Amino acid sequence: MSKQSEQQAILESARELVAKLEQGSTDGVQEHLDHITRLRETQLYQELGQLTRELHEALKAFKVDTRLNELAGEIPDAQDRLTHVINMTEQSAHRTLTAIEESLPVVDGISTRGQALLDRWQQFRARKLSAAEFRDLSKDLEAFLGSVQSESGAVQSHLTDALMAQDYQDLTGQIIRRVINLVQEVESGLVSLISLSAAQRGDETAIAADKPDTAKPAKKKKSAPSELEGPQVPGNESESAVKGQDEVDDLLSSLGF
Amino acid sequence: MKILIVDDFSTMRRIIKNLLRDLGFNNTVEADDGNTALPVLKKGGIDFLVTDWNMPGMTGLDLLKAVRAEPDLQGLPVLMVTAESKREQIIEAAQAGVNGYIVKPFTANTLKEKIEKIFERIEASS
Repeated sequence: MSKQSEQQAILESARELVAKLEQGSTDGVQEHLDHITRLRETQLYQELGQLTRELHEALKAFKVDTRLNELAGEIPDAQDRLTHVINMTEQSAHRTLTAIEESLPVVDGISTRGQALLDRWQQFRARKLSAAEFRDLSKDLEAFLGSVQSESGAVQSHLTDALMAQDYQDLTGQIIRRVINLVQEVESGLVSLISLSAAQRGDETAIAADKPDTAKPAKKKKSAPSELEGPQVPGNESESAVKGQDEVDDLLSSLGF
Repeated sequence: MKILIVDDFSTMRRIIKNLLRDLGFNNTVEADDGNTALPVLKKGGIDFLVTDWNMPGMTGLDLLKAVRAEPDLQGLPVLMVTAESKREQIIEAAQAGVNGYIVKPFTANTLKEKIEKIFERIEASS
């Protein structure tokens, strides 16, 4: 019932009450009084209902605000994480380039010396070498074969280093995923805030959008992985994180491993 | 010796596969999380499991627990290679029955050492 029609109803009831009293009749006076009281109570309940709803909305908005506050606190952390990603990719690129730069001259040297020896070997096969020249060739061949062994070992170690440098993709990928989750949470928080403020303005379309699955903050990661932190970021390390493999080994051996 | 490598990042699987090949293990298969790894393990024929921890779907820790709960797989050696580096996590993995734990980033030599150590221990106990 609108406020106006309520007042109208009270007014009509009061008029009838006055008319009855003026006529000196007591018939129905009590009913009229009760009716007016009931109308008054209905209005009170409605106002109380409205107040309750406003309080509820305010509390909900406060909850979103609090989460947004927390998220805002995580933004600098996200910046650190992304900066760390840049550093890691830079280091990996340099590590790979260094491995290539150090391998190329070694391979080049093997190839050049091999070619020179092949030329001399072909001269020997064509019987164009003197005995002294052949003795020199034989000595050089032996030295070359020995160096191929050690130099290809060096190339292999550079290649392994280039291989290991690619671990940045896994490690930075895990860090970037966490930042993406944070961005999604911020987005959902902002959407909730917008639909809440629109609802308070009485914007029907926004209220329609305020469905639990669109308005609630981005779902938290599943219970187990939420405890997982992924790679530690310099400056933001967990207190209980180990510093490296040596500490892992120490910890495990203290457990009897 | 057939080895199953489980990691959600294909680059890391390739790195581990290449390192294992350098160590003389040429027979490797891959899976991208616990859910895809478990059926492969249950089918049999896998002698060694190298797994990451943090993966979507089934994590490496849940995979380890599932392996230890399976009578046919109970004794399968499991090496965890992960960026998870909190002490309580390492302890949790140890309690779940992991045979070795390597934190990322790691070196080729660390992988070699841990694998050798695991096999030494298996030989000593058999």
